[in-house]
Amino acid sequence: MRITRCLTLWLLLCALMLALLGSAQAQQDDPGKPLLEALASASYAAKSDAIDAIVASGDSRSRAWLEALNDGKLQQNKQTGQFVVVLANRGRNWPVEDALSGEPLGEMSRRELDRIGINNALRGQLRSTLAVLDLYVDNPDARLQAANDLLGQVDAGMVAPLEAVRDQEPSEAVQERLTEALAIYRLEQGDAQAIEALSGSLHPEARAALNGAAASDDPALAAQAKKALDGIEQTLKINRGFETLYFGLSLGSVLVLAAIGLAITFGVMGVINMAHGELIMLGAYTSWGMQQLLPGQPGLAVILSIPAGFLVAGLAGVAIERCVIQFLKGRPLETLLATFGVSLILQQLVRTLVSPLNRTVITPEWMSGSLVINDALSLTLNRLYVLGFALLVFAGLMLVMRRTRLGLEVRAVTQNRAMARSMGIRATRVDMLTFGLGAGVAGLAGVALAQLTNVGPNLGQSYIIDSFMVVVFGGVGNLWGTLVAGMSLGVINQVLEPWAGAVLAKIIVLVFIILFIQKRPRGLFPQKGRAAEG
Amino acid sequence: MNTSTPFYRWLAAALLSAGVTLPAQAQEDPIKVGILHSLSGTMAISESTLKDTMLMLIEQQNAAGGLLGRQLEPVVVDPASNWPLFAEKARELLAQEKVDVIFGNWTSVSRKSVLPVVEELNGLLFYPVQYEGEESSENVFYTGAAPNQQAIPAVNYLMNNVGVERWVLAGTDYVYPRTTNKILEAYLKGHGVADEDIMINYTPFGHSDWQNIVSDIKRFGSEGKKTAVVSTINGDANVPFYRELGNQGIDAADIPVVAFSVGEQELSGIDTAPLVGHLAAWNYFMSVDNDANYDFIDAWIDYTGDEMSVTNDPMEAHYIGFNMWLEAVRKAGTPDVDAVKDAIIGVTVPNLTGGYAAMMPNHHITKPVLIGEIQDNGQFSVVWETPSTVAGDAWSDYLEGSRDLISDWRKPMECGNYNVVEASCGGGVEAQ
Repeated sequence: MRITRCLTLWLLLCALMLALLGSAQAQQDDPGKPLLEALASASYAAKSDAIDAIVASGDSRSRAWLEALNDGKLQQNKQTGQFVVVLANRGRNWPVEDALSGEPLGEMSRRELDRIGINNALRGQLRSTLAVLDLYVDNPDARLQAANDLLGQVDAGMVAPLEAVRDQEPSEAVQERLTEALAIYRLEQGDAQAIEALSGSLHPEARAALNGAAASDDPALAAQAKKALDGIEQTLKINRGFETLYFGLSLGSVLVLAAIGLAITFGVMGVINMAHGELIMLGAYTSWGMQQLLPGQPGLAVILSIPAGFLVAGLAGVAIERCVIQFLKGRPLETLLATFGVSLILQQLVRTLVSPLNRTVITPEWMSGSLVINDALSLTLNRLYVLGFALLVFAGLMLVMRRTRLGLEVRAVTQNRAMARSMGIRATRVDMLTFGLGAGVAGLAGVALAQLTNVGPNLGQSYIIDSFMVVVFGGVGNLWGTLVAGMSLGVINQVLEPWAGAVLAKIIVLVFIILFIQKRPRGLFPQKGRAAEG
Repeated sequence: MNTSTPFYRWLAAALLSAGVTLPAQAQEDPIKVGILHSLSGTMAISESTLKDTMLMLIEQQNAAGGLLGRQLEPVVVDPASNWPLFAEKARELLAQEKVDVIFGNWTSVSRKSVLPVVEELNGLLFYPVQYEGEESSENVFYTGAAPNQQAIPAVNYLMNNVGVERWVLAGTDYVYPRTTNKILEAYLKGHGVADEDIMINYTPFGHSDWQNIVSDIKRFGSEGKKTAVVSTINGDANVPFYRELGNQGIDAADIPVVAFSVGEQELSGIDTAPLVGHLAAWNYFMSVDNDANYDFIDAWIDYTGDEMSVTNDPMEAHYIGFNMWLEAVRKAGTPDVDAVKDAIIGVTVPNLTGGYAAMMPNHHITKPVLIGEIQDNGQFSVVWETPSTVAGDAWSDYLEGSRDLISDWRKPMECGNYNVVEASCGGGVEAQ
């Protein structure tokens, strides 16, 4: 019995070995095998030659190999020497396929595989190599991207083919880019005529080439390059102004988002809520949780987490109001301490239940990257979305406060509680709903912030001070004040930052607010009339 | 008297048996290992994994029979990311719990707060994180990197292998980045880098709005010379920093960023696809291809029960420090602090990167320096490493005042800041 089992096992092993040998044999005969073997050599200089050899071979699989190499996914089995492409490289066991035949090989452990190393210099070489290949594809956007990648990467061997491609290129934008790329190369070779082609360019590579020429030994070339640079500098200055404005508005929108929930709870209700930051954090964690629920669909998750974040933070807010704040009405110091306690509890709760580590929130495709206005001015998309979102939330909140029954009741209760109650408004219910609304808006801020910053237990702490600052500066109880204050503090901060540094800029802003409050204790837009006396 | 005889007998028997069992019980008394890492507050993000690492190592050692025939007992306290509380908790560990050794701390501020307590109560502290140097204590063993084991080799790599000529030194505004950048600035200027080719920038803790700084860096980098960013930006602020880099389209092939505080754990909080190619300098990477490392990773994953959990450099530092301490206790035959302190110098244990780490007389260890590039799976791939291990230097050779100091805790010198010019111990304390 035992002997037969042993025999079967042995036979099985033999069969396995044969199969392995067979596939290794198949790889042996493949013309691609020596090409990849050259790539697997230890020195980066040899690898660089191997890449050129792969391109020169004209093998139809060369593009796939180079892309896999670029991603660090081209690997070699340590025992058999078989080349594989790793399909997913998270965890300990990775699904792989044969690099030569393309057939799936199941999973291999990290231990068995040897990565074919690549560094930044090789990646640069690959990028221009792949870009040259991309110039021949049909999609004009891909061609433009390829031409962009070639700026500053052109070498002597590429000039002739690039000129040929440019002359056949139907798209004007791509043509221009290729001309620029060729001009950069010619300028680097000391050709003064190339300066003309670059004089209008705002691209950093063009400027780098001009700077190089301006520092050259040839006085005529240097003078011409300097003149071109001066012209560019003018345009750049204007662009820089716009850029700073955008940075300021974007920082301002973050401040507005973080503060606007507080403008309701603190501004309208007068509750000093130290747990406001943690409500923002809850919103951010909802965004993360939603992505966990919907793996592979970050875009849908972001959209769904907007209502979800509002609900989660809003319900948490209602719970805080019911359990803590309603018993401390009119006792601001105790409210402050109690909500501070709540904030610590919430932080530690997240640390214990989720993890003390930061969570990854994936930015969906349509939110990453930037909107390119020109070579010197591009607006980062995630911040652009947050800016728009902040304005939407503000408009929505304005609408609720001005146009709905709840808004009316809120305003009535905060202006004269006794009178409102005698008119039949259930003040405690309104308190609860108002606090829930403020908390829910904080949750929305969290959803937006999850796209910009860390999602971790400390997320809220970094925004609580800024939020109070914005609300107090804008004028307590005034939503417009919060908007204007947030935006102007953002712009002031970003204008100061380049010449004062980030630390000093923050201090200057703080000092400015203190002085401002001395002069106008009720902020930018003080409430007028009887409400102000309450 | 008849009745008393049995009583005496009983007493004698009791004493005898007590006499026999007492030393036996002392044998079974566990050796206490203090773990001083924050489990709540800001630093919990980094430190809680180190606590788990220590618990795992102790569990493994106990399963392997303990130490000197005795079990190890971990004593975990939570200093809650509060610097003065670190000192209090260290005092609690040493005075009340009477632990034989402490593994703990992260950030130089917390170490500086614990230092006087450990020296006063004569404890042992293993500090596992890279730090700025300029310190040497009889009671502290620095298993993390000193600047010459991380920052200087990284800059050398960029200068010689990448050809960088313009430098941005960006850091969080506290003691480690400021001291490291001071050393780097002196080093770069010593290598002929002009003033206008160095840009230094400090940001507050947890800085989240990087738009202006990143756009400044972009501008600084488009002046025609190859530019690199040397980042000593602390943990949390890195996520928005790298996001902004990605969004503003700064590619690692154009302006590489080399970081000293970004490891696998920090990257596990970021989508790393736009960061591929940016660099980090450490003495260990999870991706290092070595069986000891794979075993450690497997044990760690089994211990945490999370297939996706990562290992990082400070964890390896604790691994090395713990094994060194075990070895020293075995050598001394006792966990007694003074004996271990003398025995540990010269102790050599394997590290996780396929080499050996030795404890030097200045209480720093030898480490290989690895430069890794970020991959899209949140791991690093090693692109360069020092040909041999580098011994940690407590006093930088590039700073005025610290240049002449050496540290040697062997007898007869036993001095942490011996001034070789004045030939006296204690010269140049002001360099701190």
